[in-house]
Amino acid sequence: MDKDYSKELSVIEGKPSLATITHDISVPMETMPNKAFYIALSVTLTFLGIGAFCLILTFIYGIGLWGNNNPVGWAFDIVNFVFWIGIGHAGTLISAILFLFRQKWRTGIARFAEAMTIFAVMTAGLFPLIHVGRPWLDGYLLPHPNQHGLWVNFTSPLLWDVFAVSTYATVSLIFWYVGLIPDFATLRDRTTNNIKKLIYSVLSFGWRHSNRHWQHYEMVYLILAGFATPLVLSVHTIVSFDFAVSILPGWHTTIFPPYFVAGAVFSGFAMVQNALIFIRKVFKLEYIITLDTLEKMNKIMLLTGTIVGYAYGMEFFIAWYSGNPLELFTFVNRAFGDYAWAYWIMMTCNVFSPQLFWFKKLRRSIPFMFVVAIFVNVGMWFERFVIIVTSLSRDFLPSSWAYYKPTLIDGGILLGSFGLFFTLVLLFTKAMPVISIAEVKAVVDGSQPTHHGGHE
Amino acid sequence: MSKNLFAVAGLFNTPDEIIKASKAVNKQYKKFDVNTPYPVHGMDSAMGLKSSKLGYFALAFGLTGMLIALSLMTWVTTKEYPLVIGGKPFFSLPAFIPITFELTVLLASIGTVLSMIFIFFKLPNNSHPIHDTNYMKSVSNDKYGIYVLAEDDNFDAEKVKALFASLGAADISEILYNEDDLEEDVQVYQHFKIFDKKFVVGLLSIVVVVSGLAYYMLNKLFYMAPYNWMMTQSKVIPQAPVSDNFADGFPMRNPVEGTVAKGFMPYEYKGKPEEAEKNLINPSEVTPENLALGKIKFDIYCSPCHGYFGKGDSRLNGQFPNPPSLHSEKARNFKDGRIFHIITDGQNNVMPGYYKQLSRDDRWAVVNYVRVLQRSLNAKEEDLK
Ligand code: HEC
Repeated sequence: MDKDYSKELSVIEGKPSLATITHDISVPMETMPNKAFYIALSVTLTFLGIGAFCLILTFIYGIGLWGNNNPVGWAFDIVNFVFWIGIGHAGTLISAILFLFRQKWRTGIARFAEAMTIFAVMTAGLFPLIHVGRPWLDGYLLPHPNQHGLWVNFTSPLLWDVFAVSTYATVSLIFWYVGLIPDFATLRDRTTNNIKKLIYSVLSFGWRHSNRHWQHYEMVYLILAGFATPLVLSVHTIVSFDFAVSILPGWHTTIFPPYFVAGAVFSGFAMVQNALIFIRKVFKLEYIITLDTLEKMNKIMLLTGTIVGYAYGMEFFIAWYSGNPLELFTFVNRAFGDYAWAYWIMMTCNVFSPQLFWFKKLRRSIPFMFVVAIFVNVGMWFERFVIIVTSLSRDFLPSSWAYYKPTLIDGGILLGSFGLFFTLVLLFTKAMPVISIAEVKAVVDGSQPTHHGGHE
Repeated sequence: MSKNLFAVAGLFNTPDEIIKASKAVNKQYKKFDVNTPYPVHGMDSAMGLKSSKLGYFALAFGLTGMLIALSLMTWVTTKEYPLVIGGKPFFSLPAFIPITFELTVLLASIGTVLSMIFIFFKLPNNSHPIHDTNYMKSVSNDKYGIYVLAEDDNFDAEKVKALFASLGAADISEILYNEDDLEEDVQVYQHFKIFDKKFVVGLLSIVVVVSGLAYYMLNKLFYMAPYNWMMTQSKVIPQAPVSDNFADGFPMRNPVEGTVAKGFMPYEYKGKPEEAEKNLINPSEVTPENLALGKIKFDIYCSPCHGYFGKGDSRLNGQFPNPPSLHSEKARNFKDGRIFHIITDGQNNVMPGYYKQLSRDDRWAVVNYVRVLQRSLNAKEEDLK
């Protein structure tokens, strides 16, 4: 097939009119949900209910209901925290980093990915809060004057985490909301329902699509992207400091920050890709979220998956090369000890499965990429499990070595986190535009003046 | 021309037309605006706009955030709550960097966005005349619009319409002020009905709910009783006959039977000096440090009876069964193990054992030092070389 490489290909398939785009993206908000939606919602709400029930039990009886015990003081709670925070990273990567790189294909998926970021961070944030055991005292995590004259420890990575995660949540929310303002205005001008109109008027602040506003708006978008880029890198770096700053073999390594960030983007892309496959089909948006876009996401998964695989190898190499017997023991124990099963699940899912994306056929096959992305998420969950649990279960004092086993309550809370996340995602798809209307219009063929674009 | 006229607006179908139109309008009028469903490239220069100043706002807010973070952390760690943590200095800049960074980004993002919306855009403004017009509905969907305000000095409705028509506008319309907004100030003020009963009641109930919730959070959930329980906790009071720590009145438990506390290994050769002499082997190395340790310990624990040089001529001489000289034939022929045994176990109920005061390593060091003392009075031929 001949391609004309002198022209930039449009990221939107066909040449839809602007009105079609407005219409197609707004339809889900203007129609009643169908049966499939209710079925999906009831499933996620059931999960959420199970999680809530387990949490209430935990609050009443305490975290003794969980499997954590000496020496494995961090287990499912922290594994889930790191997992969900990681899921969020794809959204910011797509909305901020790809924006700075002027990747037009991001427009179709940015909104949805950002929403997933926010929901993932909300889900993640739950875990440290319940992990402290007495969640009603969580306010002490933030520095404030109190009757005890107590202050937080500003030199602890755990406190850095408090700041990193809450800043990340706030900035993602703002970024997302700024993107939504013009779309709310469009919806406001479309709707015939008075209540909806009131809601959209309030949410859009009375936005007028004025070019005197667009000018500042684009500047702010650029600034926010500029802030969000180092921010997203800092968040998982700081999460990795929770481990790397300690002295436990298997945690105390300098490779952690880049390796954690790559892993986060890896799993985040997998989750976004999984969800988008449904969204584009259900809402008939295949011409905006194109197969090319999905293929590009798979390429990023291939890249980050390879980085993660490299990090696993490098950890082993350093364990041997450092000559530190404790490090070597920890890593050999990971691969061949009590938790070898978890380690090999992680290796198969994270290192081997994405390598199949080298083949163009596989990369463009929707059922295949869906399965691989699920594998990736399973693998990334196990990565955090392997890192946290194997290191802790074999600490410096052999007499206290133990085998950690999660309880039913642990499992229930994990299920509940998926319930919470997907409930929010489902509600989002019916309440707000899943694709940025304004941004997509700007990248359709013929939407920009010809005398500047240079082609045609 | 009606008093109600706000602006004259034209709608165009393509981005090229709107760029052309705004260039043409910009030549004659100052007060006009362009509305497009998405930002059109090159529009800023076509409208003659200067580049946005929001970047400076971001910088200012970011620096403020940075300063707040650094000064709060410095004040807390050096003045208000100085605690040594992990041997780090109170002011440890590297450990402050993550939080400084986060607060910089946080404040910069919030500040920039809020100033964009409230200062630059003067939003929220839902009563702008173009709202709810056909014009607004088209530009927020798929048309490109431009309007010239009636307040512009050169404004003439007919001329503007003619201009738009010559530029190929698909639709030309007049935008009128909303009737209500035109009336006198007093009426606008009545329009909002700030002192309306319902509004006041609503406001009051919000105040009550919010402050009630805040009170509950702070006082019930968030409140930790001050740490006064050291006074009241169960403990052993000197002279008190019974402690309430345990049911049997004892303040502490005996160690579990058969366990040995660290450093309290029982002495195997108690009362068996000969066996000790035969089996115990001096594990310590004779180094200057070891001898120095031995001398310190000997001077503290042995010299009161045996004298600084082990001659038995101490300041206690005569007040106590006189300790023998350590330079006797007998003492010199003791093996190291025997001397260790004497230090550990005592001798003949006259010299007490010193195992409580001296650790195992200390005792061997003293043994070495006794050897040195003995050698010094009975040096061999080769020592003199
Ligand atoms: C309370 C005074 C006192 C102190 C302190 C003391 N000793 Fe003695 N030590 C004696 C007496 C008295 C004897 C003789 C016991 C006997 O009659 O068998 C003795 C005997 C000895 C002997 C055996 C000598 C022999 O000829 O039988 C040695 C060796 C010895 N002491 C070493 C030490 C060392 C080393 C220390 C310091 C840890 C020490 N003593 C501290 C009073 C003391």
